[in-house]
Amino acid sequence: MATISADSANVVHAVEHDHHEPQSFWRTYIFSEDHKTIAKQYLISGIIWSVVGISLSVMFRLQLGFPNMKLGFLRPILGSWINETDKLDPDFYLALVTMHGTIMVFFVLTAGLSGTFSNFLIPLQVGARDMASGFLNMLSYWFFFVASVIMFSSMFIETGPAAGGWVIYPPLSALPQAHKGSELGMTLWLLSMALFIVSQLLGGINYITTVINLRTRGMSFSKLPLTIWAFFLTAVLGLISFPVLLSAALLLIFDRSFGTSFYLSEIYIKGEALPNVGGSPILFQHLFWFLGHPEVYIVLLPALGMTSEIIATNARKPIFGYRAMIASMMGIAFLAFIVWAHHMFVTGMNPFLGSIFMFLTLIIAVPSAVKAFNYITTLWRGNIRFTPAMLFSIGLVSFFISGGLTGLILGNSALDIQLHDTYFVVAHFHLVMGAASAFGLLAGVYHWFPKMFGRLLNEKLGYIHFWLTFIGIYLVFFPMHYVGIAGFPRRYYAFTSYDFTKNIFADMNAFISLAAIFTFTAQWVFIYNFVHSLIKGKKSPQNPWKSNTLEWTTPIQPGHGNWPGEIPAVYRWPYDYSKPGAKDDFIPQNVPYSQTPESNLPHENELIGLEKEIQAQNLNDQFNQPH
Amino acid sequence: MVYIVALLSVIFLGLAAMVISRMTTVVKNANGPVEEGRIGLSNRINGILFVVFFVVGLIAATWSFLYAKQFFLPEASSPHGRRTDFLFWLSMSIITVAFVVTNALLFIFAWMYQHKEGRKAAYYPENHKLELIWTVIPAIVMAVMVFTGWRAWRDIMAEAPENAQVFEIVGKQFNWIVRYPGVDNNKLGAYNYKLIDNNNDTGIDYTDEASFDDFTSTSELHIPVNKPILLKIRARDVLHSVFIPHLRVKMDAVPGMPTRFQFMADKTTDEMRNITGNPNFGYEIACTEVCGQGHFSMRIRLIVEDDASWQAWCKEQKPLLTSTPELAVRIPTNLKAKAAKYLPADAAPAPADSSTVSVKQTGGGASIASAARR
Repeated sequence: MATISADSANVVHAVEHDHHEPQSFWRTYIFSEDHKTIAKQYLISGIIWSVVGISLSVMFRLQLGFPNMKLGFLRPILGSWINETDKLDPDFYLALVTMHGTIMVFFVLTAGLSGTFSNFLIPLQVGARDMASGFLNMLSYWFFFVASVIMFSSMFIETGPAAGGWVIYPPLSALPQAHKGSELGMTLWLLSMALFIVSQLLGGINYITTVINLRTRGMSFSKLPLTIWAFFLTAVLGLISFPVLLSAALLLIFDRSFGTSFYLSEIYIKGEALPNVGGSPILFQHLFWFLGHPEVYIVLLPALGMTSEIIATNARKPIFGYRAMIASMMGIAFLAFIVWAHHMFVTGMNPFLGSIFMFLTLIIAVPSAVKAFNYITTLWRGNIRFTPAMLFSIGLVSFFISGGLTGLILGNSALDIQLHDTYFVVAHFHLVMGAASAFGLLAGVYHWFPKMFGRLLNEKLGYIHFWLTFIGIYLVFFPMHYVGIAGFPRRYYAFTSYDFTKNIFADMNAFISLAAIFTFTAQWVFIYNFVHSLIKGKKSPQNPWKSNTLEWTTPIQPGHGNWPGEIPAVYRWPYDYSKPGAKDDFIPQNVPYSQTPESNLPHENELIGLEKEIQAQNLNDQFNQPH
Repeated sequence: MVYIVALLSVIFLGLAAMVISRMTTVVKNANGPVEEGRIGLSNRINGILFVVFFVVGLIAATWSFLYAKQFFLPEASSPHGRRTDFLFWLSMSIITVAFVVTNALLFIFAWMYQHKEGRKAAYYPENHKLELIWTVIPAIVMAVMVFTGWRAWRDIMAEAPENAQVFEIVGKQFNWIVRYPGVDNNKLGAYNYKLIDNNNDTGIDYTDEASFDDFTSTSELHIPVNKPILLKIRARDVLHSVFIPHLRVKMDAVPGMPTRFQFMADKTTDEMRNITGNPNFGYEIACTEVCGQGHFSMRIRLIVEDDASWQAWCKEQKPLLTSTPELAVRIPTNLKAKAAKYLPADAAPAPADSSTVSVKQTGGGASIASAARR
């Protein structure tokens, strides 16, 4: 009796969903629980943050490339951080590099990338009405927003923002008397990051739950697009590692404000011997890099996932080695947790531990190499359409290879002695993590813009944007390796104090700075394209890239619940491109094998019998659940 | 003149406006959604550009490398440095090959397999043999690299030999202080950070008799050539990192956790002047862990000289106790006699002074004890 009444309640509820009352402006666009709106909020925030973050790098590149330049023209923005002689303040130089790192790693490439695309694509590609919890999802964005506001405002306080490098190693970051940036700026940094971590955890739990529980009928894990696999593993990585950063930050807050000695020991500073003994600065580094290293993959994996999808779609070929790709990502995700101390070879850590971490680190190169080869083989004998998204994806593969290879050198502890904390490291991670992930982000925007906004980005401007950026980034970071091999340490305000850096590479540094300005300028082509196409772009067709994944079966601009009727069931993997015998060069995931007898492989014919079963499966449709 | 400039700028502005308006019309007309089968010229241009990029990029990379090479650090002046240099260039050549081959395949495939009307891509989802090959080959290459690197690392990080000459380097904001084990006993004395003050900037503990002949410098570190050196490293305030670029030495200085690095310099400063052809060449020690405002200028000079002249130089130096006799108050009474020879004669205690000295000493001792208790 009870079950019957519950069922009828569900039916009533499902019917009600067809005529939702229009929500207020606030609920629709600001405090929205719709995953698509939240994704757009993340995207817009990410774009704003990236403009801020890259601008900061241009400012310190001016200092590095043109040390004699009069920077008085920056005074309207930087105020008294430009001193009387029109030079950049050395304290603020460190603040600039710190904020550039923090903003780009966390606010652009973590929140802007995962936040946008995990939110947007997970429900659409697994076939769900929305995220598992729309409310948590909304909270996730607004925690991020508050974190952003705090981080942004910290740049305008009198003592300046945090300035100990994005890694905020104590004791420098723990002692306000050690540096201007360790005063209020560091407090705000820690507060902002704590909120940011909360946001990431709320988001991560949601992504994981949605992928596990809300896949549509027939969408087994072995039929998931690689994008979803990547987002899923990324969320797992984040969920495990971000709490460790939170604990590191909390202990630092305790050391800063409550007189504890977790990271402080035997310190004499500003004429005073501090009472703290017994703490260890190395402990912080272990905790920090336990997040810090997985963070590299949190940034990179979504980009790799999206480009797998984009490259397969535009090469009109199945991704080569689908299972190997998943296995590599799982391998990378697992190894990401046990390689953190390769950032610490010369910190005084036990050298034996260094050997262990060197072995583990170089193991991670194997799955990475497999991924690179699989990308290249996917292009082989394809029928490639160079959409801007495809160009950026190919660019990503190139950066991933070029930057990844130098990792073999830096992961080798003996070679790291000389190269640690030089520009060689800067060049390495900017290529493999910074530029590659940024290209993943851009590729994603070009590819899914039609789904997000129902309009197409201008292709020609996309081509121009790609070529300028691709060339620009190589011009910035390729020569930077040379500067590093010559031994130039990073985070130096000027290279005038040492004979081994004096009078050499001034031209190279100027060149790098010019290339950086050039690359930054090129991004305005994208921003113009984005804004212009948002308003005036051509209307997108239903499936502009002739792609197989489920998001292209929704209406051009999907509304609440994504699919107006029933959610389609899934019968095949997402990479049936150019299948022999098929009349089109793509077969979407929701087309059953029974409809494509001409192209079925022998084992696929056997699957036809299962279709009824898939059809009849219990649908995890949120509209059919009481809520 | 002003008029000409104004006129020119007006003309340029006009031209720029024209170009922009042209561009927008071109963009408006020539570009639409990817319509059925309309994949044309731009696809071919992008394909060709990849190959052009690859060729031009390769030439630029080669040229820039040959140009930049002159500024790379000269050959290492330490045996372990030459070993890591060799491994570095070996690894570099391996990854250069991989870099060129993979990028070549990527760009050439992009160009070769660009869209052609009527062609269908190959349905080629997997090939286990191929995948196995390119899992195993990188694994083997990496195993070799790791193994050679590991052996080098193990040797570099091994315990210093018994006869190693010990020095101490202390990082502070924003300079290095070096402490020599002294003119007589060649032993570094104990230290305690609570003893640091303006006279005793490394916190030498004078209750340890090995400390009496220790001397310090903030301007240069003299080391003997061809002799194993053990550098004991510590920091006074925040993290620093000792970096001796020409010797390929780097190790963090950590407050509360002494670290060390053992090496051997086998080219004196003078020899390096001949090798580099730079009469002003000097070894330098830098800081590579961000430590605040003056991080970029924590320079201290390093002078490598032959053993005889190093010994002679050491003999000329005055222990800190000699140059700062005020520190004598910290010496416990039972060791006073041993310290006497380092103290200048005029500091020899007059009866009236001795009482004040002993009072001061107990005061000092009490403060240390109370500090240790805290």
